Formats: sequence, structure tokens, C-alpha cells
Amino acid sequence: MSAIVFDKVWKEYGDHIVLEQINLEIAERSFVALVGPSGCGKTTFLRMLLGEERPTRGKIIVDGVPLKPEPDADRGVVFQRYSVFPHLTVLGNVVIGREFEKSRAFGRLFGRARRQAEEEARELLSAVGLTGHEAKYPAALSGGMQQRLALAQALMRRPKVLLLDEPFGALDPGIRSEIHVLMRRIWNESSLTVVMVTHDLSEAFELGTRVIAFERPRNRPEELERYGARLSADIPTPPSSAQELSKGATITRDIEVWPKKVAGSPGVHKPNGHAAPQS
Amino acid sequence: MRAINYRPGRSWRLALALLPFALLLLTYIIASDIRLSENPNDKLLPSFAKMGEAIDAYAFKPDTRTGNYLLWQDTYSSLTRLIIGLGISTAIALVLGIVVGLLPVMGATLGPVVSVLSMVPPLALLPILFIVMGLGEASKITLIVVGTSLKLIRDIALRVTDIPREQLIKAQTLGASTPQIALRIVLPQILPRLIDSVRFEIGPAWLFLIAAEAIAADSGLGYRIFLVRRYLSMDVILPYVIWITLLAFLMDLSLRLLQRKAFPWFAEARTA
Repeated sequence: MSAIVFDKVWKEYGDHIVLEQINLEIAERSFVALVGPSGCGKTTFLRMLLGEERPTRGKIIVDGVPLKPEPDADRGVVFQRYSVFPHLTVLGNVVIGREFEKSRAFGRLFGRARRQAEEEARELLSAVGLTGHEAKYPAALSGGMQQRLALAQALMRRPKVLLLDEPFGALDPGIRSEIHVLMRRIWNESSLTVVMVTHDLSEAFELGTRVIAFERPRNRPEELERYGARLSADIPTPPSSAQELSKGATITRDIEVWPKKVAGSPGVHKPNGHAAPQS
Repeated sequence: MRAINYRPGRSWRLALALLPFALLLLTYIIASDIRLSENPNDKLLPSFAKMGEAIDAYAFKPDTRTGNYLLWQDTYSSLTRLIIGLGISTAIALVLGIVVGLLPVMGATLGPVVSVLSMVPPLALLPILFIVMGLGEASKITLIVVGTSLKLIRDIALRVTDIPREQLIKAQTLGASTPQIALRIVLPQILPRLIDSVRFEIGPAWLFLIAAEAIAADSGLGYRIFLVRRYLSMDVILPYVIWITLLAFLMDLSLRLLQRKAFPWFAEARTA
């Protein structure tokens, strides 16, 4: 069973075609990395998956159900910036997920319910290595710590799908490799399907079980408006797009990463950042 | 060293800040001295001794006719009107600003009408307010509300739309409903910015207050200034103006302190 299916999805803004004919199946528990040049629509792709943007044509199906047209708690997200709330402490940023869930009217928990939520939040914070920073405001944290906090915050509602929009793009290389280890552990230990947009090819191959490249096959200035970016997935290509393929309309890559990483198996997260193939 | 790189130290900064005040004072003393030496009865630039007498008579001695201490009574009436007016205006702006800024439907409905109404010169409405509401407190307070609330609404709505889109999306992925987002994400981030907006409206609020008091009132700082104008009593007017300025400055200062104390995250987040 596939967790996420893109069925002939197009995205256009007025006359401007951003993505065309996206057919894709993303298996449950996979870690998909989306790569491609700037402006090729990978962020638009992620936003559609998030529910922030609606496809102009086609359908997105998650676990057999069409995607709701707005973001909700099924899909967690971490953006490159502004992911955490500046007016809440580190602990408050994580607790708020549970507060939204349990206190429908005011989004605020008190007494025992709050202590329980705080307990859970502390566990998540220690999992991302932020123990001892609970009382700080995000502005007092470094960029890497803010992204760790954003991850803990996103995991509080136990989403099925975690969407990452260049989450580690602004971090120093050292910090980045640390957070890669963390990211792989999170993916491995929780039942998550992860879709990540990244600029960094090595990051894509290091973390991803599958790397998908977006490219605009027609890139002349006069063509930019009318031809969107495409990809061809590893599913039988429908005839219509096969025709276009024969016109040389698309250059696409969809790469399964080797050695194979399987979520939940031991040895997927090694501190040196390389997965050991399982025998 | 280039001029743009020369930064004064702490004590220099204080001295430089005081310098213009000292110059203003000095200019006044010299000018007043020149006029008074020509005509000791000159009323236009009274000496500080003369102003001291006036302050004593208005602030520390009961009025012979009514038995009230005029300066304090005037201050009390004016501040009451000002604070009630600004309070109502702030409350309206907070609710409508968040609604207009956060909900596209409400933005489409109320945005244009607020923009147009905020262009109406409030003082031009004063006669209407006097006709409709009479000459009492209500019309003066309403003038302050009308004069400040529309700009505040626009300002707050703008600041709501300034909240990064990512935060609103993030809140939704945490399962937040619209009221929850308004209460837990937008409102707390708007409050410190609201204080900034209100600080900028203190000046206009005083303007409308004094204008209303000048036309019809029986007490108030603006009323007193315009009353004693008939007798060219600069010895009363000047201390009153300085007192009003001081009050406005203190209001501004206390709002700034409130912002710093109540929203410790704000200063850091603003620079980050």
C-alpha cells in the first residue's frame, strides 16, 4: 500500500505552468528527497502535499483518501525559517501541539493535563538534544538548535508524514551533519514518511531512500511560462505522457538510493552517517 | 575617522542629548530678558519667577472662586478623557485589526472601508459629534476614538499580515483551529506591537483632546490654555504646555517599559 499518490498533478499560476504531469507514488516509511534547480517547483510540490496549495489538475491521495485542501495534524512540517513561535519558550513551543489538540476552545492546558503534556514535551526535547534549554526563547537559540526545536514541535502530534522544506539549508556543515544523524534516528524510530526538499545533493543521497529530481525540460525564456517542471516516476508511464516523452519534453530522474535503507531496521543510523546494508 | 563611524560614549551621549534643551532654555532666557528690560510688564515672554508664581497659584493654592486646585483638576479631567478614549480605541483596533488581518473574508469586507474612513479628517467630524452627542464628555471621548482607532486598525491588520506565513501553516499542522491560532499565535505576538502603535497615537490623541476642550469644556488642560489666552497669560500657558508634554512623554515611557517587562521575548525576536 502506498502512503502518498500523485495522480497526474499539474500546478499552474494563471498562464504560468509550474509543474506538469506529476505521477508519483511514495511508499510508506520512505524518505524522499526532492532536488532540482531553484524555481523548478519542488517547493510548490511540497506545498501541495502540505495542503497549502491546491493542484490545478489531478489528485493527491494520502492513504487512499484525497488530501484535505488545508494543512492539518496528519502532516508535520519544518521550514527553513520561522518554524518556531518566537513568543513561546522552548518548552511552550512543543507543548502547544498538545494544547491545540486537548483544549479546543482556548488552546491552553492547566494543572495535571499540562504537566502531562510537559512531561511528553521534555522527552521529545531530550530526544533532539535540547534538555536544559526549556525556559529559553527561540531567539536565544542557535540556528541548529532552532531546527531541532522545530523537529520536536512537529513530532508532538505524531504526524504520519513529515515535510521538510530545506530544513538544514542555513546551517553550518558541522551542525548539519549532527542534525542529519538526529534526522535519520527520528525517521528510523517513529513511523514516519518523510518528504524533504533540499538544495544539497549529498544531503539528499545521505538521508533519502529515494531521490527525485525536478527539471524543466524546456528552459528557453519564451518557454518558461508555458512549460512546467516534470518528473517521471518509477511507475508505468501513461500513454499521453509517453508521447510527450518521445518529443523529448522531459528529462527526469528518480533514483533509488543504494545501499538500501529500511526504516525501523537497526544500523540505519550510524554516527558516521552511512547506512550499513542489511543481510 | 569618517563621521559615520564616530560613536559617542555613554556620558557624551547624555551630554549631547541635554545640549539642545539647554540651548532652548538659554535662548528663552536671553529673549525674555531683552523684552523685560525694555518693558517690565511684557506678557509675551514672562520670566521664570513669573511662571513660578502662576504655577504656585494654579497647582498649590485653591482657586478663589471654586476652591479647586486648578492644575490638578484640569489634569484629572484631561487624562480621564484621554485614557478612556485611547483605551476604547485600542480595544476596537485589537479585535478588528486581528479579524481583518487574519481572515481574508473580513479583510475583503472591512479593509477598503477602514482605509477610506481613515482618510476622513477627524476634526472635521467634531461639529457633527457636538451636534449629535452634545457638549459633554461623550463627544470628546468619541473624537479621540474616531481619530485614533482607524489608523490603529490598519496598523494592527498590517502587523498581523506581517506574521510569517510559515508560522500560521505550522500552527495548522499542529492541529490548531482559527480561534486557537488567533488566541495563541496571533494575539500574543500582536500585543507588543500594539503597544508600539498606541505609542504613536498618543500625540494625535492629545491633539484631538485639546481641540475638543478648546471648543467646549469646563475643565481640562486644553480648556485652561484657551481660556487664559484671552488675557495673554503666557505665564500660565507655557507651564501648561510643558506639563502636557511631560505627561505625553511619561505615557510613552511607561508603555515602553510595559512592553519590555511584559514581553521579554520581543526585543530579541525583533533583532533576530
